[in-house]
Amino acid sequence: MRILRAILGHGSGRIGGIIVGVYLMVAILGLVGLTPHNPITQYRVDRLHAPSAAYWMGTDLFGRDVASRLMAGIGQSFTVAFFSVAFAALAGTVLGLAAAWLGRRWDGAVMRIMDVLLAFPAILLALLIVTVAGPGTWTSVVAIGIVYTPIFTRVVRGPALSLKAREFVDAARTFGSSSSYIVTRHLLLNLVAPLTVQVTLALAWALLTEAGLSFLGLGTQPPAASLGLMLSDSRNLMETAPWLMIFPGLTIMISILGFNLLGDALRDILDPKMRRAPA
Amino acid sequence: MTPLLSIRDLRVGFGRNPQANEVVRGVSFDLADGETLAIVGESGSGKSVTALSINRLIDFGGGRITGGSMQLKRANGTIFDLMSATEPQLTGIRGAEIGMIFQEPMTSLNPVLTIGSQIEESFRLHRGLTGRQATAAARDALDRVRIPDAARRLKYTPNQLSGGMLQRVMIAIALACNPRLLIADEPTTALDVTVQAQIMALLAELKRESAMSMIFITHDIGLVAGIADKVMVMQNGQAVEQGELNQILDNPRHPYTQHLLHAVPHFANGRATRADGQRDKDAGAEPALKVDGLVVRFPLKSNFFSRATGAVHAVDGVDFDLMPGETLAIVGESGSGKSTTAKAVLGLVRSTRGSFSVSTRTASAERSAKPVQMVFQNPYASLNPRLTIESILAEPVIATGGRVDTETRARMASLLERVGLPKNSLQRYPHEFSGGQRQRLCIARALMLNPSVVVLDEAVSALDVSVQAKVLELLVDLQREFGLAYLFISHDMAVVERIAHRIAVIYAGQIVEIGDATSVLSKPKHSYTKKLIAAVPTIDRRREHFEIDTRQVPSLVRPQGFEPAPAKWELLGADHIVRVET
Repeated sequence: MRILRAILGHGSGRIGGIIVGVYLMVAILGLVGLTPHNPITQYRVDRLHAPSAAYWMGTDLFGRDVASRLMAGIGQSFTVAFFSVAFAALAGTVLGLAAAWLGRRWDGAVMRIMDVLLAFPAILLALLIVTVAGPGTWTSVVAIGIVYTPIFTRVVRGPALSLKAREFVDAARTFGSSSSYIVTRHLLLNLVAPLTVQVTLALAWALLTEAGLSFLGLGTQPPAASLGLMLSDSRNLMETAPWLMIFPGLTIMISILGFNLLGDALRDILDPKMRRAPA
Repeated sequence: MTPLLSIRDLRVGFGRNPQANEVVRGVSFDLADGETLAIVGESGSGKSVTALSINRLIDFGGGRITGGSMQLKRANGTIFDLMSATEPQLTGIRGAEIGMIFQEPMTSLNPVLTIGSQIEESFRLHRGLTGRQATAAARDALDRVRIPDAARRLKYTPNQLSGGMLQRVMIAIALACNPRLLIADEPTTALDVTVQAQIMALLAELKRESAMSMIFITHDIGLVAGIADKVMVMQNGQAVEQGELNQILDNPRHPYTQHLLHAVPHFANGRATRADGQRDKDAGAEPALKVDGLVVRFPLKSNFFSRATGAVHAVDGVDFDLMPGETLAIVGESGSGKSTTAKAVLGLVRSTRGSFSVSTRTASAERSAKPVQMVFQNPYASLNPRLTIESILAEPVIATGGRVDTETRARMASLLERVGLPKNSLQRYPHEFSGGQRQRLCIARALMLNPSVVVLDEAVSALDVSVQAKVLELLVDLQREFGLAYLFISHDMAVVERIAHRIAVIYAGQIVEIGDATSVLSKPKHSYTKKLIAAVPTIDRRREHFEIDTRQVPSLVRPQGFEPAPAKWELLGADHIVRVET
């Protein structure tokens, strides 16, 4: 609750928070099916209908309502983005902390594996995993998660190494604090800020990668809607029916903006130096 | 005659609204040709900001000059207005007319370029010299700052030179174009005392040779005696007092100047040592800490696959004992092994050989789970910024398997009160406290486990002098109250004199002289002890010339399997022995 209030009190946090909040609501509506029309019903008569009172964002080549498909697509894309980033953040944090804390061979082994993963372009690696495991929502989640794990590992390992050499860690050792205490209280707690920023950034990337996978036909399978799939379908019609491209494009752009603004705000809010002393 | 530099009512602010956020609030002074002005003040007093405003480097640090006037008399006699100057004009002034040296020589030089090319850059930019001419000029510049073997050193990169040598290089660069004004911003703060003495001597000599003016910024009022003509004391962005050197040091008018002069520890050659808590000779008490033949070596490997070819002998056969209620000061320069000794005692580094025995009995007769505790040098780095004070103080208790119960909370509260911090501190975060308060917090944390020995690793070095004096007082009080034994590691002889009962001088990993404080400080025998004592700056030493001694600390890298010859000791008194020099 306190964090929510702090976000609303923060300049860019307010904008980011509202954008992300609205998206979340739309995503839930899309997931439970509370859309103006059924997203997969084809209104053949109204094919490629321009935006109007009946179809707020127009219809596509098959006469499906773009607004409804967009809502369902946001739900679909957000699900994939959230779960994949959660996967990546968790795996990356554990691996990064282990590499930094255990050092030596562990560090070498973990980081070399991450280097190998990073050597592949993100979309190519995701494609590889999806091709092997077969397309589907949960394969996308795992694929995108694996793709972004090395980034989290690196983001965690660097600061963790420098924190490990700080005097308060030395001080903790002189009291005989256990490794788990030092790692969680002294390392992890100080990593919250970079991790939060990274999570919001990664959410934005994950949305894009999901869109990319769907665009290539390996993510969400038609006739289900997803942002990438809608962009992909609009490709050949951008001159006759620009709304097919504009609305999903804007949706992706604004969501990424929202996450980035929210990330900046969270970084400020989570820094105790910015916190006012309790009166 | 117009002064070289005339500053009137200078105001500098930071942030979005510089007028509302002023750090320098109306500073005025004149500086004549060939004169040295020392600006003295504690951290945050605005002394560095004032200096950085003169060559307008403050513009790059986010500061804005919000008012006043600054006029510089140029070499051709014209008056140059520094306030309204454009950036290209200032580029011509910086380096050529106003030179500057910074605090950290290690970070002020580019690590990937040779020092030769960095000195030549100054000649190329301001004098248009190229190729061999520039190299020759650079060599002369190094000669001028008395770096031996200048021609060869030009090809060195910064990492191959010691801090003192690098500061000489910085001075050489600053002086390359014979500036008429040199701004030295705490040029010796990051250096060891003996190196500090050398740099101060060099600056004084260069000033005489070249008749340039100098603005010397320092927090240490003891340093100004040897170099300044005029002194300006700053507090909270204002010059509270300025005047001739002797007048300020002998007849300070402003209470703050008096306070500063009073708070700075004056070194008194062993006459100001502590009278209380002397060693009881006949009581066969058990020492709180006994260190026997401590050796710490770090093996050197040229690469991952090869075998160790040698070892850094960081600590090479150190033994001493420490009685309850006693302070043993370990003094020496950086790299002498004093901190490694402390870390070995605490188990933070593994000792190669040697033994310690720590008495677990504390004054209150309870047994402590962790009888040796430590207070670190930097109070800003030794507290986790994301934990509340309560969590910080609870950590030692949790670490030793205790629970945070009412008893623990009561202990936290009483220790906080004992070290002089407000009661409501527990729910606050470290950044809400000043440096001195943080060091008090560190002391309270170290006392949570009821230790018998507290290692104080340069525990007061990072603090301003007035804060330093109070923390020292606190330490002495706590020692009496809890019967603590202190292992006090320091490079500052004046501070050591205040707190130590016994002193061990450590040099190149070995104790060269150890004994009771009065005896060691008043009758030093070993040449290194004498050198350390001679380097202490004091305000009594007006314009005294330091002798320039460019001897470097010997390398501690030894071939594999090297063992030092057993030490021969000479007895100088009841409790004062010195290693026989070879």
